[in-house]
Amino acid sequence: MQFSESIFAVRFGITRQDLEGYLGEALSQGGDYADLYFEYLATSNIGIDESMVKSAAQGVSMGVGVRVISGERTGYAYSDDLAPEKIRKAANVAAHIAGAPAKVEKFDLNEGGKHNLYPVLTAPTETAFSVRVDLVKRADRAARAYDPRIFQVQAVYADNLRQVLVATSEGRLSVDRQPLARLSVSVLARQNGGPPQRGHAGGGGRMELDYFLHEKTPEHFAREAAREAIAMLDAVEAPAGEMTVVLGPGWPGILLHEAVGHGLEADFNRKGVSAFSGRMGQKVASELCTVVDDGTIGSRRGSLNVDDEGQPTRRNVLIENGVLRGYLQDKLSSTLLGAAATGSGRRESYAHIPMPRMTNTFMMAGESDPAEIVRSVPKGLYCANFGGGQVDITSGNFVFSASESYLIEDGKLTRPVRNATLIGNGPEALKYVSMVGNDLRLDEGIGTCGKDGQSVPVGVGIPTIKIDKMTVGGTA
Amino acid sequence: MSANHLPELAQDIVKRARAAGASDAECTIAEGEEFAANVRMREVENLKEAGSRGAGLRIMMGRRTGASYTSDLSHEGIAHLVKSAIDLADITTEDPHAGLPDSDEFGTLEGDLGMYSADVAELDTAFKIGIAKRAEDAALTSDPRISNSEGASFDNYVGRHIFANSREFAGEYRTSYCSLSTSPVARDGASMERDYWYTMARGFSGLESPEHVGRTAAGRALRRLNAVKVATQRVPVVFEPRTARTLLDNIFEAVHGMSIYRQESFLAGKLGEKVASGEVTVIDDGTLPGLFGTSPFDDEGVASRRTVVIERGVLKSYLMNTYAARKLGMKTTGNASRGLTGNAGIGHGNFFLERGVQTPEQIIAGIPNGFYVTELMGFGVNVVTGDYSRGAAGLWIRDGELAFAVSEVTIAGNLNEMLRGIEAIGNDLEFRGSVAAPTIKIGEMTVGGK
Repeated sequence: MQFSESIFAVRFGITRQDLEGYLGEALSQGGDYADLYFEYLATSNIGIDESMVKSAAQGVSMGVGVRVISGERTGYAYSDDLAPEKIRKAANVAAHIAGAPAKVEKFDLNEGGKHNLYPVLTAPTETAFSVRVDLVKRADRAARAYDPRIFQVQAVYADNLRQVLVATSEGRLSVDRQPLARLSVSVLARQNGGPPQRGHAGGGGRMELDYFLHEKTPEHFAREAAREAIAMLDAVEAPAGEMTVVLGPGWPGILLHEAVGHGLEADFNRKGVSAFSGRMGQKVASELCTVVDDGTIGSRRGSLNVDDEGQPTRRNVLIENGVLRGYLQDKLSSTLLGAAATGSGRRESYAHIPMPRMTNTFMMAGESDPAEIVRSVPKGLYCANFGGGQVDITSGNFVFSASESYLIEDGKLTRPVRNATLIGNGPEALKYVSMVGNDLRLDEGIGTCGKDGQSVPVGVGIPTIKIDKMTVGGTA
Repeated sequence: MSANHLPELAQDIVKRARAAGASDAECTIAEGEEFAANVRMREVENLKEAGSRGAGLRIMMGRRTGASYTSDLSHEGIAHLVKSAIDLADITTEDPHAGLPDSDEFGTLEGDLGMYSADVAELDTAFKIGIAKRAEDAALTSDPRISNSEGASFDNYVGRHIFANSREFAGEYRTSYCSLSTSPVARDGASMERDYWYTMARGFSGLESPEHVGRTAAGRALRRLNAVKVATQRVPVVFEPRTARTLLDNIFEAVHGMSIYRQESFLAGKLGEKVASGEVTVIDDGTLPGLFGTSPFDDEGVASRRTVVIERGVLKSYLMNTYAARKLGMKTTGNASRGLTGNAGIGHGNFFLERGVQTPEQIIAGIPNGFYVTELMGFGVNVVTGDYSRGAAGLWIRDGELAFAVSEVTIAGNLNEMLRGIEAIGNDLEFRGSVAAPTIKIGEMTVGGK
């Protein structure tokens, strides 16, 4: 899509001259750089509970954020009104951070090349509600049909269509149309009057609604949620202490997101507050580990044609054969560090200042047979699925919680165990990776990452891996 | 549309929804102005300032519902808002329990609840930057091992909340807050640790001094240095107020009316039963002047109130909105909560554990070997089963004293047993947000380490 076809040009009548004028206003008090981020976001969601469609909502929010950078200082203001006088007012407020003569005087906006990673003709948000509501009804029926022990089912379908325009004082002009959809199913199972257990599954991405009708259907997610809840009915207490841990493929890649991803965001490293600060070129993982953050994978939840500063996204190698290779940069950090852009500047909305963020973070496949990895463990824990995770950037300590895991006894998966948190230290944990499977899998598209109060959609992935030593937080 | 007309706009949106066929409607309008100043290493890093507003609508068509929101308050934007909500009622299901509260439930608290302080909007930008710089400076100069900082920030907000429905309830209130925080980084050899401290209040005069905030944050970061991982063991665990508060978050989730009727809480069906030790009394009170959980009415137009949730260990009440109350055959507790749109969820007022009699020092003094938790990480709490397993850091208690720093460990148990195992509650209750707890000692939990 070109600027001239964008909603901002067509519906709001914004011209290149207008954009250049606003940028001029933003730099009127001085400063090194300014940018404008216009956003028009339409969202909808539908929820089913007790087999009744109890909620359905849709809405629109729009606005523009104006940023001025002067050295290490950032001024930011936004308006939820796209009237020219409101945008000029925001530009003037942002301008007051700067106190030096402007170094940029002329803006010649040009649209650069960009990816076409989600060539969606009709975004899910633009389809009939009557089709979308069927997704949650089908999920509800399929989960209940899976097993009579399933007694509660909730499903939520949510989508949005974000249209953005970024214009920068360096002359970059980017527009993008970013569809996103997700279906999630949560169930409770119970047997013989015992305590209920929860199961959860979901997925989606930047694709047409057809994806849920033909590829990953509501039945697929419903059965997966139901299977997890039923499996957990027989769970025993989780073990406590250091042991060998095997992570299954897919969503357990959240380990990488927490253990290394956040610690490699350039803002923390520029400030020297990350456990990874000053470790570029050093060994931070076993040589079996190569970790990549790739915003260019087609249709993925974490992918973007351009980041929220208008830069095309890229495939960035973070760790190569165990050696730390790169940080994730936004405009401010790459300028201050003199580093190349990595297309990692992201923000939650027009009301937020961009930061370096992850896109899709995963470990490259190794050579081991996943079955062989499990067989090699006399005693340990196999984690098939996870809830969320968190990291303390400075100490490097991270946690993630296993929602479905099994004891490994004599090389075989035996009993399921109850929810347990696993804890490790970022620059140390991956040094204990002793086997990497050949079965790299990306997650199904459900991740949301929070940093400094801002949420953005992300993806993760990992093959089956064996970690020789990690602390498991059970009670047994 | 000028700001003064927002209450009329809310009522107008309700009328338009009725005219378009809705049998009932409720409209929320929120308006606010935010400011944030971040400084780092004594220099200004970010300044942010902006205002925004938005409207949300929920309609009933008989027993079906539909909802919408918009940030576009133009004539066209409002027309679209109404149509969007009405259209959605076509796809939702008849729900016999859905609908607005009964007419005798609407109400609002009278008098000044101390939610708004005019001084917040009048603070000068340079002054606010100065306050943030003083907090960071106090941290940086408090000890040579404080070598770095993630900065300090001063934030403030003033807002207005307007609500109207088709049963002739209309109300509005203004809120304000300001907050100051700083995150210093301490370093000793290879050990690097960060911690933070913050203060927040409805008005500027309620804030702790910047020097206190800075020194407290620095002290917290310093005491984490050179932490070790202890061996796996079962010991008494003491939660300082900042971490004890998260146990109240867990209790709130477990008494949440929606979780109760779905039976996805370990406290479902336990009304009138002993669920915690006799030391434990948990209150939800939306009426306490000046606090962050206070409001004159909830997000369905029901007056805020005080609800005893757990009294000396016995579960007395769930927290409910109208919908959950109807599902459970009970009365709403005035805990409806929502953003601009959607069905009302459930929130809390000021949700707290009543103070005990011992000082934190007295509690610690009675423990020969135990763990004092100052930080919790992750999401390892399952309120369905009560299973509890979280990452933790803190200080090891040896012979009644805080002896050395501990990190990269887990603490685990089950909330059922943890609540029954509360042996002591401190006298140090203090509100730093809408959820608060004093120091708590639990008799025994599993610490997972080496």
